[in-house]
Amino acid sequence: MPDKPDRNAIEVVNVSKIFGSGEGQVAALDTVSVSIRENEFFTLLGPSGCGKTTLLRLIAGFDFPTAGEILLYGQDIAPLPPFKRPVNTVFQSYALFPHMTVADNIGFGLEMLGKPKDQIKARVAEMLKLVKMEALAGRRTSQISGGQQQRVALARALAPQPKVLLLDEPLSALDYKLRKEMQIELKRLQHETGITFIFVTHDQEEALTMSDRIAVMSSGKILQVGSPRDIYDRPAERFVADFIGESNFLKADMVGVSGGRATVKLSSGVEIPATLPEGFNPNGKVTIVVRPEHAQLSAAGPAASLSGTVENIVYLGTDTHFHLRLAGGEAFIVRRQNSRGASDGIVQGGQVGLLIGNDAAQVLKD
Amino acid sequence: MASNFSIKHQPGFTAIAATCFIVLYLPIFVLVIYAFNAATSTSEWGGFSLKWFQSAWQNTQVIDATLLSFQLGAIAALLSTVFATMAALATTRTASYPGLTFKYAAINQPLMVPEIVTGVALLIFFSRIKIFTGYSGLGYLIAAHTAFCIPFAYLPIRARLENMDLTLERAAADLYATPWKTFRRITLPLLWPGILAGLMLAFVISLDDVVITEFVKSGGQDTLPTYMLGQIRRGITPEINAISTAFLLLSVVIVTLFFFISRKRD
Amino acid sequence: MATAEEVAKAAERRDVRDRWLLSAPALLVIFLAATGPLLIVLVYSFLTPGAYGDVKWQFSPESWISVFMERDIFDDTLSIAGAHVTIFLRSIKLAVVTTIATLALGFPTAYFMATRSEKTRDLWLFLITIPFWTNLLIRTFAVLQIIRNEGIINTILLKLGLVSAPVQILFTDTAILIGMAYVYLPLMVLPIYASMEKLDFRLVEAGYDLYATRFKVLRKIIFPLVKPGVIAGSILVFIPALGAYVTPVVLGGGKNMMLSNLIELQFGQGRNWPLGSALSITVMIIVMVALLAYVRNAGKSGVRHG
Repeated sequence: MPDKPDRNAIEVVNVSKIFGSGEGQVAALDTVSVSIRENEFFTLLGPSGCGKTTLLRLIAGFDFPTAGEILLYGQDIAPLPPFKRPVNTVFQSYALFPHMTVADNIGFGLEMLGKPKDQIKARVAEMLKLVKMEALAGRRTSQISGGQQQRVALARALAPQPKVLLLDEPLSALDYKLRKEMQIELKRLQHETGITFIFVTHDQEEALTMSDRIAVMSSGKILQVGSPRDIYDRPAERFVADFIGESNFLKADMVGVSGGRATVKLSSGVEIPATLPEGFNPNGKVTIVVRPEHAQLSAAGPAASLSGTVENIVYLGTDTHFHLRLAGGEAFIVRRQNSRGASDGIVQGGQVGLLIGNDAAQVLKD
Repeated sequence: MASNFSIKHQPGFTAIAATCFIVLYLPIFVLVIYAFNAATSTSEWGGFSLKWFQSAWQNTQVIDATLLSFQLGAIAALLSTVFATMAALATTRTASYPGLTFKYAAINQPLMVPEIVTGVALLIFFSRIKIFTGYSGLGYLIAAHTAFCIPFAYLPIRARLENMDLTLERAAADLYATPWKTFRRITLPLLWPGILAGLMLAFVISLDDVVITEFVKSGGQDTLPTYMLGQIRRGITPEINAISTAFLLLSVVIVTLFFFISRKRD
Repeated sequence: MATAEEVAKAAERRDVRDRWLLSAPALLVIFLAATGPLLIVLVYSFLTPGAYGDVKWQFSPESWISVFMERDIFDDTLSIAGAHVTIFLRSIKLAVVTTIATLALGFPTAYFMATRSEKTRDLWLFLITIPFWTNLLIRTFAVLQIIRNEGIINTILLKLGLVSAPVQILFTDTAILIGMAYVYLPLMVLPIYASMEKLDFRLVEAGYDLYATRFKVLRKIIFPLVKPGVIAGSILVFIPALGAYVTPVVLGGGKNMMLSNLIELQFGQGRNWPLGSALSITVMIIVMVALLAYVRNAGKSGVRHG
């Protein structure tokens, strides 16, 4: 959607959330700021305990921030109780009302808003159709499968047409195949309804597949916000690089910066170009990250960026991992896609060269 | 034998359990059978007859005592269940707050004191109030029964509440339900089996009481148990068997109901 | 507009206030018709008995002295009150034996119930629950009919020629014991069953795997894991057994007094309310000591699972 206006649906401004008091005080969120654009599929990604669910609960209104503001289209909603916020949640456990039918669950929000009966009925029918659950409208929620419950939970949260939909790890209870299906389904629903989605997950793959933008969180802070490609290709910090995908970390020396790109010198003395995180201009020793599929193996020799010994070869069907021990002592993994029949003569214990291409390396902030 | 080794077997346990169940039911069966005894003496069998049920039915003292028991049980059960429900809502699903432990202790206090002590305490206290106010109605019994029924009613309600997922109430609030509407539409319907169980438990406990009622009652306020105790002290007739049998039937009905309600999951 | 933090603080204060308001009626009723009057009993125990019952508002430690002591009417010397001590000891003995007897019968029964299949378990639970919900007086009365001289036990014994005259059980301590064990048995079985039902039998399997015998498995694995239930059951039986009123009246025939009958006497013919009060408080102290001992014991070996 190129004509998408860059309006912010949610602005989180310097929000902190501190649990407990005195000695046992824990900051679940530490002065976090982030803006979420209208109609965007935004993901909060991080390990458990990083504060992503806390942030979601603050936006939903189940908790109040200790400091800071949460703006919904410019209005501070932080002090409002959940039932006064035009924001709906899909819960991790779905939280479907067990004493009501599927249709009653979906209509609940509209009923609470005091909408007329015929309007509720029409909207419920529309929602049932949207999530392909028309046939099960009269069922009890205990009589439907996990995947179906998931759809009902989605329909229930979408029915009142919230300004923002919050999704708290909604796919974690589903098995692998169903999860894959629902990922695509969620993307479709977001596209069709045009509602801003804020999605919480600890699953990096899920985040990369579905999101327009991702915020990576750790220890109550947002470390990096960017598109999936940004986050994967250009991680700004070691934590981000480590948490998402596999990474090789190398020590290097800064040589110079030109046009936002750095030149770094590897331990072998070879100089390679590397991208820099925005607004970061280091000197001296730095760490660079190279993804395993962004480096190539070559014959050992002066043409190679680095050289090392093959310690282990792991065959994975689609590709093969080569575990190297570099001359400087660091470990390095190269991933190569497999093709049929090709045997390249690389053996365990052999010497190989390593090529790091022009666009492969990224300097880290720490 | 090795192939038949049962993890759960313990020697003699089944025999003891069987004895237990027989011992528990044998006296009750004998009591019921003698309720249908035509003989006036309770020591011989004079053939089948319903005359003792008839005589109990025509005994105004029995009828009055039964009515009083039911009246008292109904009022005490209702009050104690309402109060226990409120108390359970106030003491569950929360982080510890000042006074929470005190509340647990206070609510369970009647369970921790032998009935005789509570009976004596109420005798002293209520006799003072009777002198001051001149009131000697049913209020004293209602207050006493409500108080000792509260911890019993509280038990199943609290258990039910603690197993209820707070997320459901959060979901309701998220879907624009005000706190009151959330309570009416989500909490109360889901809590209902616990409340019913509490109500029945309280009713049975009230109906069961002898000791406290014996000490608290004013003249002419015999409940069925205190009336029966008086009769048994004077010597037994099969009429007591007949009344007991009717009472027993009521218990079975209530337990069956209770069982179905508490077994019914979500 | 208030900040979120102020709102949060206010919400928390409101929540605690609402929780007090909600619990107020229950607390009030219990205070007025259970806890409060106990304090009055304490006060009464230090007063002087009135001529026609009730009290004179005059401090006197006499009733506390009379709990265990007797004043000689002629020379005013104190000696141990044999009658009271006997009643105290008998009550405690009967309550303890009742607890042990119900435990000995109830533990295997609960085990039996817990080891049935899921479906039949409910039936057994139902069978144990019916007596529990049946009026205590009726159950005591049922025991009376069984054990009296013309009852079924003696009839069978006589018919079989095992005895020539009926065995006198009724109106003895044995009768009280049988009666109490009978009426309180479900109170022992239910909490033990509740613990037992949660028992993970894979632990028992592990025990056998590690060379334990059946008895060792019972003693070292099952018993420690269901101990909370055993303790709960013991408390539930001991407290009412110590203060039992109906059973001694119906089965003891008033000849063999227990504490409750002694207390009742002071408020009836005895017309010594302060002594009755002091005795009541003493019963409560015994109960509290027993409870504390149990709680400390439970705390020491507190096994939690579930």
